[in-house]
Amino acid sequence: MNHQASATGIGASVLRTEDLRFVRGKGRYTDDIVLANQTFAYVLRSPHAYATIGRIDTTAVQKAPGVVLVLTSADMTKLGGLPCGWLIHNKDGSPMKEPKHPVLAEGMVRHVGDPVAVVVAETYAQARDAAELIEVDYKPLPAVMDMAQALKSPGIHDAAPNNLCFDWHLGDESATAAAFVKAAHVTKLDLVNNRLVPNAIEPRCCIGDYNTATGEHTIYTSNQNPHVIRLLAGAFVLATPEHKIRVVAPDVGGGFGSKIYLYAEEIIVTVAAQKLGRPVKWNSDRSEAFLSDAQGRDHKTKVELALDDKGKFLGLRVNTLANMGAYLSTFASVIPTFLHGTLLAGNYTTPAIYVNVKAVFTNTVPVDAYRGAGRPEATYLLERVIDLAAHETKRDPADLRRMNFIRPDQFPYATPVALTYDTGNYQRTLDMALAAADYKNFPARKTEAEKRGRLRGIGIANYIEACGIAPSNIAGALGSRAGGYECGTIRVNPTGSVTVLTGSHSHGQGHETTFAQLISDKLGIPFDQVDVVHGDTAKIAFGMGTYGSRSLAVGGSALVKAADKIIAKGKKIAAHMLEVSEHDIAFENGAFKVAGTDRQKTMGEIAFQAYVPHNFPLETLEPGLEETAFYDPKNFTYPAGTYVCEVEIDPDTGVTTIVNFCAADDFGKIINPMIVEGQVHGGIAQGIGQALLEHCIYNSDGQLITGSYMDYAMPRADDLPMFKVTLTDEPTPCTHNPLGVKGCGEAGAIGSPPAVINAIVNALADYGITHIDMPATPQAVWRAIQNAPRG
Amino acid sequence: MYDFNYTRPTSVPEARAAFAASDDALWLAGGQTLIPTLKQRLRRPSALIDLSGLRGLNEVQVMGAKVMIGALATHAAVANSPITKKRIPALAALAGGIGDAQVRHRGTLGGSIANADPAADYPAAVVALGAEVVTDKRKIAGDGFFKGLFETALEPGELITSVHFNIPDKAAYVKFPNPASRFALVGVFVAKFKDHVRVAVTGAAPSVFRVPSVEEALAKNFSPDVVDGDAVPADGLNSDLHAAGDYRAHLIGVLTKRAVVACA
Repeated sequence: MNHQASATGIGASVLRTEDLRFVRGKGRYTDDIVLANQTFAYVLRSPHAYATIGRIDTTAVQKAPGVVLVLTSADMTKLGGLPCGWLIHNKDGSPMKEPKHPVLAEGMVRHVGDPVAVVVAETYAQARDAAELIEVDYKPLPAVMDMAQALKSPGIHDAAPNNLCFDWHLGDESATAAAFVKAAHVTKLDLVNNRLVPNAIEPRCCIGDYNTATGEHTIYTSNQNPHVIRLLAGAFVLATPEHKIRVVAPDVGGGFGSKIYLYAEEIIVTVAAQKLGRPVKWNSDRSEAFLSDAQGRDHKTKVELALDDKGKFLGLRVNTLANMGAYLSTFASVIPTFLHGTLLAGNYTTPAIYVNVKAVFTNTVPVDAYRGAGRPEATYLLERVIDLAAHETKRDPADLRRMNFIRPDQFPYATPVALTYDTGNYQRTLDMALAAADYKNFPARKTEAEKRGRLRGIGIANYIEACGIAPSNIAGALGSRAGGYECGTIRVNPTGSVTVLTGSHSHGQGHETTFAQLISDKLGIPFDQVDVVHGDTAKIAFGMGTYGSRSLAVGGSALVKAADKIIAKGKKIAAHMLEVSEHDIAFENGAFKVAGTDRQKTMGEIAFQAYVPHNFPLETLEPGLEETAFYDPKNFTYPAGTYVCEVEIDPDTGVTTIVNFCAADDFGKIINPMIVEGQVHGGIAQGIGQALLEHCIYNSDGQLITGSYMDYAMPRADDLPMFKVTLTDEPTPCTHNPLGVKGCGEAGAIGSPPAVINAIVNALADYGITHIDMPATPQAVWRAIQNAPRG
Repeated sequence: MYDFNYTRPTSVPEARAAFAASDDALWLAGGQTLIPTLKQRLRRPSALIDLSGLRGLNEVQVMGAKVMIGALATHAAVANSPITKKRIPALAALAGGIGDAQVRHRGTLGGSIANADPAADYPAAVVALGAEVVTDKRKIAGDGFFKGLFETALEPGELITSVHFNIPDKAAYVKFPNPASRFALVGVFVAKFKDHVRVAVTGAAPSVFRVPSVEEALAKNFSPDVVDGDAVPADGLNSDLHAAGDYRAHLIGVLTKRAVVACA
């Protein structure tokens, strides 16, 4: 690693190079791609939550102006269903129920928005007009909406009686029961983790293009992991080999998880393009996104915490109902299990933990990973029950947390729920966040607020997350059907510039800047001589894409491995050029030097020679300077930190104002502090959105009540305070990847909801209020006060 | 949206003729409700008569004890007009709090009140300021203009040309925004005149309404202390996921008091 100080190297807040095109409207998103002879698809969706389909009459639509193709499931009988990538086993060892997720409804619709038919026409308006001519004979059935009720109802899939997808558990049930028997105090809490709609700023879009001469498909799609889409679409649905499918995910305007998955529309445009021999574009509008993008969270949990008389945690028991929606989305099954149950130790030494998760099918849009994915749910229930325990046992919530921390000298630390944390220093982030929040002077601020008629509260939340997803061997043992490695290629061009090709995908994260900093620093070449390429299966050898805060920890590590290979090859070339043994060559500051002399060759000279190998000893030295590496992590990474939120509540209206929000995070080694802080800002904004504003609500008939921004409340700038985001001054770098990095993309969304709710409950404590569910809207807070035990 | 014919007349008679020539024409003012409605295919007019070419209908002027605002004045124009800001600052503030900057630069006064959205802000000002709505045919008293949910006293094809607002001694509009849409969940406009007080509530019911008992109390003693927080019963108020009727009823009391304080 090059340690000379640099304005563009590791640790520098380099401005994002990609922003030049994003802020000037020069990005190239999927909808910006216009192919010759392109047609447009409109997807007719179910207006019913649950209904059988008799006949679908498409006679009128076939003759409508501009229509070139109409598809129903009858045209797709040779296709497989959309696959689920993670097999979960029930308590008794049997596999989860995996009912078929058809591309187009097969005789039955199971949620409002379920795709029923497709019309392809010369223009989007023609396709949409024509779709109104399709007659579908629906026979509505009573929708199954409530999870507890669903488990007592006939299955919406024949393959899943009583709508149970799986009944999974983790941890030592009897040891946990024993801990509760000897407890001095038990705190119990029922809570809801509210369903969210992801709302990336760019709605999903895809184009199918088929080459009738070569039989090759190209799928352009707004997606986070093009190689995974190619694998899932080719192997599971289309039965087409990968060399006949190219997937391109160009500039993508946000994903937050919702663009990880293989969706029906990607298959629809691919099939339609092949049938027509013309490109087919589908573009979601916002209303459609509410009905067709996988949604997030939606857990109902009963949590119990056992403490001894000194406040030490003895045991934790968690029973969760997790809503899968109507079908299993690509990674739905792993979210409430291995990304939730395994995180329940949190930052603490709780010796006995038992978690049971029942995953339930309902007549709602499928649920899958959304920024944080299982870890926000785990952190929320844990940090809420700890706060309630502190309240019940009259302890300071910071002190109770501190006395139960895993101490720095206890790492590596094996939790009772399958993970081994490699390193951490939770005391330090707690101390820093409390200092930034001026925690000790809170009582004076509360008193001052009371004089203004405001209720002031402060809330703390620690979080830990398992990122750098995922070690293939661990994931495989837990049921994953995919690997968790990443692939990277470094191509040193003949004139010395470098093209970095990564299987990670940037959809707002700033990889083009961060990865360029990394490689510029590693190879000692100027930052502006590094170009980062991603998002095209035809260009990049392979990739697992971007989710689970994995890009730098896994994708960046693959690039480090590739760079090491470049340096090794460069030493051979330098040794040849300088007529010394390669063992005498040292690589420093971008130059290959003969140790102990002033003789050297720069990277540029080496690169040129590599491509102009006039006198290479070809038996031992190949021309060219390009290396590819796959990196598979040995363990997850464990970012952690502390968030402190301070609120004021207007008791007359129930309005909560966040007056201060302090974050102290430990992400290990940092490449670009500005980008990292930006990631935390965005995550906190989403977490505050969940805590105060966002709620996806269906009525009992299964209609989505919050189907637009008229009713679904997204956080806006004026809902948020100026965040005080700090990175710990005693970072604990990851011990097992070459960069020491941990990942920062999801932390904000994980740590902030419990901090906000803890602050609100603290503000309302004088009323005898001990819990409020998210989102704590003005009406909800006002009503809690009206119904409070102590007025 | 579905196909429709589009015309952009340059005078009121021309506009009326265009309207009459079509079976199912709609006026297009700022389009801030109509265009999204068309995009969602919720309406299928045969023709849109775009009013933006009509001249002289967007001015803000003082006429004696009234401020006269052209129907095509945008919310931004009303918010930023030196006349509104000086004569009825509460009205300027109300206009400046509608939607976002884009909405305020397209949406118009006439379009808003003709649409009569129950959560719109302007109806509270029209009623509380005892305004007169002037059309191409007649003058309609503000009190009688709003008839119900998206219903007004306008006859088919009748075109609003201006609104005449009385200038109050003091006035304030306090809005409690819907957390999602930022429309008024409840909005209360309090206007104090020489010998009377008007209190108009929007957002809370299918249509804007006055609160006579509070008006009388405030006329005697213009103080937040005399505002009965329970003056409006919850029955008959709007109830939705953001606010049940009882919460809206409570907010009416809170916001009325705050509006009185803001008048000071």
